[in-house]
Amino acid sequence: MSGFLRSYLTVVVFAGFAAALVGGILAVSKLLQPHHPTREKLIAYESGVEPFGEGWSQSQIRYYVFALLFVMFDVEAVFIFPWAVRVDALGVFGLIEMIVFVAILALGLAYAWRKGVLRWV
Amino acid sequence: MITATLTRLVAQVAPTGGGATGTPATGTATPPATGNTGAGFSGNLGPLQLPHVEYHFLLPFLILAGSALAMLAVSSLIRGRWPKGLYAGWTVVTALVVMGWTWHLWGQVVGHGSAPRPGPVAAVAGAIAVDGFSLFVTLTICAALILAALLAESYLPREHLDGPEFYVLMMLSTAGGILMGEANDLIVVFLGLEILSLSLYVLTAYHRRRQRSSEAGMKYFVLGAFSSAFFLYGVALVYGATGSTSLPAIANFLSSHVLPSNGVLLAGMALLIVGLGFKVAAVPFHSWAPDVYEGSPSPATAFMAAAAKTAGFAALLRILLSALPTQAENWRPIIWVLAALTLVVGSVIAVVQTDVKRILAYSSVSHAGYVLLGLQAATATGAISSNGLAGSAFYLLAYTFMVAGSFAIVTVVGGQGDSHHSLDAYRGLANRRPALALAFTILLMSQAGIPFTTGFIAKFDVISAVVTHGGAPDYVLGVLAMLAAVVSTFFYLKIIIAMYSRGETSAAGGGAAEAAAASPAGGASGGGATAVLTAPAIQRTIEIPATITIAIGICVAFTLAFGIYPAPLIHLAERAGLLF
Repeated sequence: MSGFLRSYLTVVVFAGFAAALVGGILAVSKLLQPHHPTREKLIAYESGVEPFGEGWSQSQIRYYVFALLFVMFDVEAVFIFPWAVRVDALGVFGLIEMIVFVAILALGLAYAWRKGVLRWV
Repeated sequence: MITATLTRLVAQVAPTGGGATGTPATGTATPPATGNTGAGFSGNLGPLQLPHVEYHFLLPFLILAGSALAMLAVSSLIRGRWPKGLYAGWTVVTALVVMGWTWHLWGQVVGHGSAPRPGPVAAVAGAIAVDGFSLFVTLTICAALILAALLAESYLPREHLDGPEFYVLMMLSTAGGILMGEANDLIVVFLGLEILSLSLYVLTAYHRRRQRSSEAGMKYFVLGAFSSAFFLYGVALVYGATGSTSLPAIANFLSSHVLPSNGVLLAGMALLIVGLGFKVAAVPFHSWAPDVYEGSPSPATAFMAAAAKTAGFAALLRILLSALPTQAENWRPIIWVLAALTLVVGSVIAVVQTDVKRILAYSSVSHAGYVLLGLQAATATGAISSNGLAGSAFYLLAYTFMVAGSFAIVTVVGGQGDSHHSLDAYRGLANRRPALALAFTILLMSQAGIPFTTGFIAKFDVISAVVTHGGAPDYVLGVLAMLAAVVSTFFYLKIIIAMYSRGETSAAGGGAAEAAAASPAGGASGGGATAVLTAPAIQRTIEIPATITIAIGICVAFTLAFGIYPAPLIHLAERAGLLF
């Protein structure tokens, strides 16, 4: 086995231990605990509200464009952050590149704005 | 998706290398290998050494991307409608400028005429290869852009879809394709692949009111994203096996080291072939192609068939020949099987199709097989022969004009709603539009490989390359290719016969069904059905707009002129060598 694969062995051992630990604790608990179910104990909540409706619910389609715009700025932040960490090392060249980058994204936002995406319909 | 494309675009332009040494790699020297070591965050926080960026080599990419962004900005910030044809004109002018600059670079790198060759150059810390091959690919993809823009100019207003987005997306996609062609680093290949594909997904689904278009876009997006993941996993495994993503560095490592076990490398290589095989629609990764070609707006199909295939093959050829030549005995059998399957399956399944767009889709699948033949020939003798590579390059250029011209005619005959694509819609075309039928006949003959067309020269080139350079198995492949060409002639002739038939016998039933499918409301009433029977869809007038006439004219002229006198083009393709 190569060293490359051996480092994965650690992960496998960890996973095995985790599974064994959780399974073992649950098994011990199952063996030791008293078991006296009554009707009240078996309802969904012993206190609080009864659940109603279905598990599936529809979300508004208009959130979709906001999700898209969010991703746009999310990605922007992902790229700006490493640049900001090394801003002095990257110097003027880095600054210009970042301005170009932000300008292109701003262009995308302007386009979305003109297309009426930002208006809540 | 545009945003994601732009993000990647900027990420490419911006310096990403951790500690490249800043010396511009020149000639065939290997690039600095420190580009991927990420010396940034682990202790050493000295000033970064930025790679030297040769902007003039990047200009083809930058012009296209910049022009696309400018068109988007101007069209979204200025109110009111633009004069007709301005978007298309802008796109064509941009493409011509790029081609002009590329021709200038060709003079610098390869040399015009018999001038001494300064030799290929690796630019931007070795990430970009400026060689004859990448410039040839750039010219080919720009030609596809021009032809597709000419088609879109009359298609979009006809379908009430006019707007700058179609052209912006095509230009961005072209920029991605160019980047794929000149990428000398697996990461750059991936960037190009994504810029190309993301725009293509949107173009496929561009016909908003046509359900098939949305369906095709969805299908292409899901499968394309899947194949990109395959490709990326391949990149990761190859990096894991060789310690670099730079193609020359991979080749150097593999030629100077003996791997104790090459399982990781082979798996990575296979995944790279799968990812790019999907893009070029090689069997068995072709199943998306007919549906997507059929569903896309016809100009988008023309662009996709020409540009995406060229870019995919450019990347595939460069990766296999430039980074993995030492592994040739491992990947040549894979390419052999891919080529054989692609040739046979593509042409055999096309025979039973009745939709012209699907026939052309399967024929473009089988064309991929011939290009793979060139790849097979390129490494047949151990050393890389330029014959196979030149054959592939020539095939891609000839194929671009053949397929773009064919889809131009499909665009015209398809009519309003992009819906008349059955063989019956072509019945009797020669009576109504003799020139159109003649042009389609020439282009289909060229695709079939009849002499005096570029298609013949292209097929002859790759088959003779594989037969002269290859061993016995390659000989079999050459025979298979010739048989596939014979089979494919059958369905090309099927279209031609339909065009030149009188169009009276079986056309009535087919025409009625087609009219009913095209307009469900009209076909529902009995009166409408009888009207269709007495005056079948044959009488539908076919308008040929001026721009499409130009596009078809260019394609036919190219196909015939270089089919009769191919020497300049062959000379060009032979000089389209790779940077090694």
